[in-house]
Amino acid sequence: MRPDDFNLSCAGAPRAVSVSGLTKRFGARPAVFEQLDFSVPHGEAVAVIGANGTGKSTLMRSLIRLTEVDEGQIEVLGQKVRGLDPTALRRLRARVGFVFQKHNLVLRLSALSNVIHGAQARHAGPHVWAQWCAPAHVRHEAMECLARVGLADRASQRVDSLSGGQSQRVAIARMLMQRPELVIADEPVASLDPKAGEEVMELLFNLTREAGLTLLFVSHHMEHAKAYADRIVGLGQGKVMMDMPSRSARADELKDFFMEPVAA
Amino acid sequence: MNSIQPQTPPRFQRPGALPFVLGIAALAFVIWSFQSSGFSLTQFQRGIPALVRVFGQMFPPNVTDISRILWSLLTTFQMAVAGVVLGLIVSLPIAVLAAEGLSPHPLIRHAARGLIALFRTVPDLVWALLFVITVGLGSPAGILTIMIDTIGFAGRFFASAMEETDKGPREALTAIGARPSGIVFSAVLPDATPSFIATSLFCVEKAVRASVVLGLVGAGGIGVELKVAFDLFEYDVAATIIILIFLLVIAVEQTGAWLRRRII
Repeated sequence: MRPDDFNLSCAGAPRAVSVSGLTKRFGARPAVFEQLDFSVPHGEAVAVIGANGTGKSTLMRSLIRLTEVDEGQIEVLGQKVRGLDPTALRRLRARVGFVFQKHNLVLRLSALSNVIHGAQARHAGPHVWAQWCAPAHVRHEAMECLARVGLADRASQRVDSLSGGQSQRVAIARMLMQRPELVIADEPVASLDPKAGEEVMELLFNLTREAGLTLLFVSHHMEHAKAYADRIVGLGQGKVMMDMPSRSARADELKDFFMEPVAA
Repeated sequence: MNSIQPQTPPRFQRPGALPFVLGIAALAFVIWSFQSSGFSLTQFQRGIPALVRVFGQMFPPNVTDISRILWSLLTTFQMAVAGVVLGLIVSLPIAVLAAEGLSPHPLIRHAARGLIALFRTVPDLVWALLFVITVGLGSPAGILTIMIDTIGFAGRFFASAMEETDKGPREALTAIGARPSGIVFSAVLPDATPSFIATSLFCVEKAVRASVVLGLVGAGGIGVELKVAFDLFEYDVAATIIILIFLLVIAVEQTGAWLRRRII
């Protein structure tokens, strides 16, 4: 199925993410992506694949303006992202859970405190800065989030004493604490060993599916893209080269997107 | 065997014209400085018998008034602690405003950095004289001087420590939609805590040393006792004071070093 066919097929469905004509350049180098069109319907799990340097992470980051693009329209959860003022941007970011490659937790704080930080999407003030100054209901909700990722027994442990897989689960619990409507995961298992990576990916998929959330994730694993995505979008040469349901994607079609470009 | 003898490089390289002229100018300035300051070895030689006489009169140290001196020493230490605590409290918000990436506006950052630089570059004795004139003789002038000195020292190091904190958690909280205050209190301060503690302990050490000298200009503390002892030619009393100051400074430094090892 070609990208245009797919866009036509879901033209009437509400979109969680919709980008059109997106272009991003870093200095004088060739554009990372140019005139990129791409959308994610509500409730779907979409995997973005592509070799290194094809702009997958830049694309994910640009959706909540962690990176600014040069041209194009970005619409996330019904809001035009590029025109938002700082307050409106903060409100939009609060609705989007973002899981990074690295867990990006505060190492010196406990798992519980880090999860409580997720509540800063909804509240401001000392009661969501750390576990010791959080009220009982915030602590309780954070413990529930930790329980959902299987780490309730590690709540008091400092993050720097947890394994990579456990830390990424705490980051997922922080994202749950945010109560997001859309989850974006930028290679969430890139820094983990295969077993931990599988566990984290499965957890992320199950949690988002249970809650009926839209999941958009970047993956370097063909198996993950096939197993956890309803649809696979392949980036290459600054464009969407493939956009099709994962069940109809063949391994030989996908493998090119996981190969490193040959140096000239 | 190779018949060509490799050429050994010269021991010294011939300096260029500009470095040569600058070197000569620097040497001339050093000689001029000695001449202008009236330094002469004969004068120093003439002073040696007087130095020996004063040292002779210092021993044995006079301990008849030791309780009063100890009390004064405690007051000096308390003055240092109070000044440092006030300085640390004030320096933290100034440091946040001076830190790149945390300051709300470049102009505010430059203003905060300028204030810190002013506090740091004007010597503490000058501040002490200013406060003696404005708030009068005694400990309050000393406390204010130490506070200003601490802001100049800690403000700079606090700002650097915060700039060097891990960018990952900051970005994660930005992505969550946290407010700048939330990012500072949840991610930056916990990460910078070890550095803050080390700097604060250095501030106490520095303040204890400074508080001794401040008394000489009437800003309270044991310096007043030392000046009176010298003015009245009671060198044996002065010796007791100097030994006790030495012990206090060593004790504070050792305790500081031990605490730094324990905490960090």
